[in-house]
Amino acid sequence: MSEKFNDIPMAGNILEPGNATKYKTGGWRAMRPVHNDETCLWMKNGTCGLCWIFCPDDAIRLIEKDGKYTYEYDYDYCKGCGICANQCPTSSIKMESE
Amino acid sequence: MTAVEKIPADKIKIEGLTGDAAIAHAFKQCDIDVMAAYPITPQTIIVEDFQKFAANGEVQTKVITVESEHSAMSACIGASATGARVATATASAGLALMWEVLYCAASMRMPIVLTVANRALSAPINIHNDWSDSYGARDSGFIQLYCQNSQEAYDTTIMAFKLAEDHRVLLPVMVCIDGFILSHNVERVEMLPDEAVKSFLGVREPVQPLDPDNPLTMGPLALTDYYFEFKEQQDRAIHAVPDVFKEVEEAFKKMTGRSYGMVEDYKTEDADIILLTHSTPAGTAKVVADTLREQGEKVGVLRLKMFRPFPVKEVVEKIKHAKAVAVFEKCLSFGAVCNPLALELRSALYDLDERPMVTDFVIGLGGRDVPPTTIVDGYNKTKEYLAKGKAPLYETLGVRK
Ligand code: SF4
Ligand code: SF4
Repeated sequence: MSEKFNDIPMAGNILEPGNATKYKTGGWRAMRPVHNDETCLWMKNGTCGLCWIFCPDDAIRLIEKDGKYTYEYDYDYCKGCGICANQCPTSSIKMESE
Repeated sequence: MTAVEKIPADKIKIEGLTGDAAIAHAFKQCDIDVMAAYPITPQTIIVEDFQKFAANGEVQTKVITVESEHSAMSACIGASATGARVATATASAGLALMWEVLYCAASMRMPIVLTVANRALSAPINIHNDWSDSYGARDSGFIQLYCQNSQEAYDTTIMAFKLAEDHRVLLPVMVCIDGFILSHNVERVEMLPDEAVKSFLGVREPVQPLDPDNPLTMGPLALTDYYFEFKEQQDRAIHAVPDVFKEVEEAFKKMTGRSYGMVEDYKTEDADIILLTHSTPAGTAKVVADTLREQGEKVGVLRLKMFRPFPVKEVVEKIKHAKAVAVFEKCLSFGAVCNPLALELRSALYDLDERPMVTDFVIGLGGRDVPPTTIVDGYNKTKEYLAKGKAPLYETLGVRK
């Protein structure tokens, strides 16, 4: 978006639908969730998924790749709130300072 | 501007209407799409009369009955966002309850017309007239126009839509009439033919309306990065109002022969003392000026029609030659240097090398009568202060002390 008051849309209207993906909210993060593959129930047997359910920013990806359960973060959108770490029943997520 | 022609006299309908009824008729002729209705004295007749029109099938308007004024303004914003022509009316506590949403209406650039039948604010509860309600909303971003009689209330309501919907403006307008004094008093009103109003206003052409085929988001978040820029935009828009207002009045004058101006000057050219006020006390002030003139006093009246944006240039031009300006206003700004109208005027005059003395008289709070003697009293005090060379920042007139 332009910088100047007279070049920006009236009243702050957003004219381009679906542009929220452009706002990378990960920049706010002070703490980063770090995942432990060994103890995670998803990695073990494809169950649990609580971190995925609770993450308010959809920043956790529980995926299957080549027939194996894998796990990754989308740090562009993870704001470091720590909800995932708090919810994890096996304490497989630790919050570390950025 | 659409071409307009003088309406022949035989096409004009003359009726005796209260200020409220005149506005309800204007809303009807303006062919509004949506009216949010919530009753509050002394505005009730406006929405009541209008709902009668709707019930009788005289208008195609969708009337939304809401549970509070907060919702009334919210409904107006929603409807206006789709490109509809929208109006509602309120007073006093109802306006106060709208306060939060007034800012949304103005900041989202919704050309809503809101009638305020000016009424005092509690406590103690009072249903009568003063200006503390609309003065409280003066920084909300609404354009504020104040009317002196039923005819002007009717005319102003029609012009308000044209002003609000102009693409250089796109701001809501508050049309203010004095509660009971004007809202409930029957006066002669000349009404235009429906067709004339229709062609004068045309159809609203919305800019960026809500439309499922072209989705957009309104009223999103703008923090430290952009909020300030949006406010700059909005401020420029309200300062575009005087030019557009002049054009709108010019066109209206062609059609009706009537115009009011942002300020109305009455015998001010050679006046030593100018009485400055608006709404109904202005009528009294003009009568007082006539009588005092007969006694050889050099006095005139400046009636302010537009309070937001404040027509600084026009006001200063009309009063700068005077020795003193006596402000009469129906509002107390508790703890302020003086009261809203005088505060505005003193700021407007500050840059002049030679400026008239400003006296500030608070009158008529809570519907206390403002007889000519109150105005004369203010005039005499102003003369006295002029002789002394010093005036108090403000004082109240007509209160038992
Ligand atoms: S820290 Fe918060 S935002 Fe980041 S992955 Fe965990 S729950 Fe999601
Ligand atoms: S909550 Fe913990 S155990 Fe469950 S899937 Fe997420 S990281 Fe694995």
